[in-house]
Amino acid sequence: MTGYILKRLLSAIPVLFGITLIVFLIMALVPGDPATAILGSYATPENVAKLNKELGLDAPMWQRYFIWLGNMLQGDFGQSFALNRPVLDEILERFSATLILAGTAFILCAVFGVAAGVISAANQYGAADKAITFVVLLGISIPSFFLGMMMVLLFAVNLRWLPVSGMVAIYGGSDLPDILKHLIMPALALAVVATGVVARLSRSAMLEVLRQDFIRTARAKGVHEGQVIWRHALRAAMVSIIPVLGIQAGFVLSGAVYIEMVFQWPGVGRMLIDAILKRDILLVQGGVVFVAACYVLFNIIVDVAQSMLDPRIKT
Amino acid sequence: MSILKFTRRTVLAVTAAATMAFILPAHAQTPADVLIVGQIAEPKSLDPAAVTAVNDFRILMNVYDGLVRYKDGTLEVEPSLATNWEISEDGTEYMFTLREDVKFHDGSDFNAEAVKFNFDRMLKDDHPFHDTGPFPLSFFFSAVESVEAVDAKTVRFKLNAPYAPFLSNLAYPTGLIVSPAAGEKHAKEFGRSPSGTGPFKFAEWKSNERVVIEKNPNYWDGAAGMQAIVFRPITDANTRTAEMLAGGIDLMVEVPPVALSQFEGDQFKVVEQAGPHLWFLILNAKEGPFADKKVRQAANYAINKTALVNDVLEGTAEVAAGPTPPAFAWAYDESLEPYPYDPEKAKALLKEAGAEGVELTFYVTEGGSGMLDPIAMGTAIQADLQAVGLKVNIETYEWNSFLGKVNPGLEGKADMAEMAWMTNDPDTLPYLALRSGAFPSEGGFNSGYYSNPEVDKLLENARIATDQGERAKLYKEMQQIVHDDAPWVFVANWKQNAVTSDRVENFALQPSFFLLLKDVVKK
Repeated sequence: MTGYILKRLLSAIPVLFGITLIVFLIMALVPGDPATAILGSYATPENVAKLNKELGLDAPMWQRYFIWLGNMLQGDFGQSFALNRPVLDEILERFSATLILAGTAFILCAVFGVAAGVISAANQYGAADKAITFVVLLGISIPSFFLGMMMVLLFAVNLRWLPVSGMVAIYGGSDLPDILKHLIMPALALAVVATGVVARLSRSAMLEVLRQDFIRTARAKGVHEGQVIWRHALRAAMVSIIPVLGIQAGFVLSGAVYIEMVFQWPGVGRMLIDAILKRDILLVQGGVVFVAACYVLFNIIVDVAQSMLDPRIKT
Repeated sequence: MSILKFTRRTVLAVTAAATMAFILPAHAQTPADVLIVGQIAEPKSLDPAAVTAVNDFRILMNVYDGLVRYKDGTLEVEPSLATNWEISEDGTEYMFTLREDVKFHDGSDFNAEAVKFNFDRMLKDDHPFHDTGPFPLSFFFSAVESVEAVDAKTVRFKLNAPYAPFLSNLAYPTGLIVSPAAGEKHAKEFGRSPSGTGPFKFAEWKSNERVVIEKNPNYWDGAAGMQAIVFRPITDANTRTAEMLAGGIDLMVEVPPVALSQFEGDQFKVVEQAGPHLWFLILNAKEGPFADKKVRQAANYAINKTALVNDVLEGTAEVAAGPTPPAFAWAYDESLEPYPYDPEKAKALLKEAGAEGVELTFYVTEGGSGMLDPIAMGTAIQADLQAVGLKVNIETYEWNSFLGKVNPGLEGKADMAEMAWMTNDPDTLPYLALRSGAFPSEGGFNSGYYSNPEVDKLLENARIATDQGERAKLYKEMQQIVHDDAPWVFVANWKQNAVTSDRVENFALQPSFFLLLKDVVKK
């Protein structure tokens, strides 16, 4: 097992190098430069050249790449042009906000998705199954940002139960209940689609397991139906549900970009959009590399978990 | 079946409990002595010499003062930290007398040395704190040759040539005065620990959440009405609107036109103010159909500006008459009338010029500062030109790419392009975008290659005249000629808007588009 993990980690290194090269080239080739974005109307060629020089952007491209890469390997991601602060500070701060949002949404989608799938399968073609299937279809079909905006209109603007946006109250309190109050709507909006997908796949995974012999044996031996479903069947179905959860975790993380825009959640997705529009090169590069590294790491964890659950996968 | 019941009940109970726990106390109103402002973005820095965005200026104007400032409701200069000034005969020396007994928020004294520090830091490469930059707008003061502290209360600026916009540039945020003591102490971090002389002092900046400024009880021009002001960055316009409707903010700037109808009720006040802004189309006067003045005039007649302003922009702008926005009241030629909407006349002019049915390439941007609703406007303009028989092909670009296409000049690429400018002096836009000496190859913004020696002369003379009446006369003459030559299609002057809750009083927008909050109070 240690060998397998080591092998996977080593194979991630060229992937990460590839990512640094791609994101650097994209930002270098994209039209418009940070100086033009900063100067706006006043971007005369003369002013742009002067500012680019002061920002250290006048060196040849390959040289800038290696300087950036070298600094990054030493933990220095550089300084953001648009925010005037270290890129790494900004990323870490933003990423923790994204983790709170995406993490909550992921837990919601895992718990409710699996539960709905199991209940659906246990009552195949029954009223509960039909109701759940219908709601799931609805959930998958509604774009999350639209759902988010509708929730804001209803719960924040009309009923005034919940705050519209942000992560903490703007005046006073940034304690746990305060964060939870701000978290409810974005986390739900983000979780809906993923919950639907998890529910659907859990349902079919469960149905397959429920048809197997060991379930019939358990029922024949008089095991309580609740035990049959939740202990015996679900455990066996988990082998096919976990990879789905792995994919959904990635989906929730990327879906957070839209939700962060709608709810002004101070996360990494909103940061990247702002940074791209402002041509904040180092922040975009650093942010993309950081997020990509997290994805790669997460994929490795899922693969390892799966190989632990199902010894047949081990290579 | 029992599982189902149990689960359903549990789910309901958990949901209900969670709901009760968090939402029962209805969302509170904002505190009475604190004003919460919905901004459009996170500021870059609170160092006035380092920033370029109106968004950042909105905070800075409340924390700092300049030597001079714009008189309330105008773009005319009045004393601020300088009580008066003298200009030498040849217009190259400005001698300012400074206000006495003014202190920076950090306790240090405001004096002539402080003024010198500010301009040397920005303009001299060898200044020990020049590396706290870059200072992208330092060219506002590129005419300054030296700054000299004559005595503690007198400071002399020497210019390398007469430069009339100098005073109005001093009123711009780039000319705000920072505390040298704080600048030296925080160096590169000064942008996050600012210190000025303004009605509010800096209190806190939490990234992506808020910037808080607090009342300066010792302000030389009378203490502010509010205890504190919180600036919240809310980049999405719909979310900003929702926050305003829900009572989460007291004041919101840049309300999207489509959202204005939401604020018609008694709980809100909508404030509007036309600013020094011009939305226009650059026409390629060097080659193609627009090289002919008649075709350029035809385009001005063919486009229904009133419809653009009322229907596309929902009344958030006024029809522009010429190259100078009316907000520059002293320099604006009142007698100038906008080109009327007259498709028949446009067709006749096109026929005269033999340009019927020509094809045109039109650069349209997706967004960008001051560009209002560029895609919808571009499409409406396309339809108007189509109606007089011009076939217009739109090419759309994201703002930064768009600038990369337009600023180097339209030659060989396009016949027309959208553009908008917001300036602080009537000199800036025509000087940088209408002179023959401002072709892109010369480092200017005359992307349509308009050239008229008479206009060149008027603009050069206006720049060196130090008498405002004299300057006004020259600018008015320039507007008449440019209006007739029609190097641009003059479309709209944007009215900046803001919404406040009915609790907010004494709030007004300024033509400079700055946000001055000193006298604002809340019921």
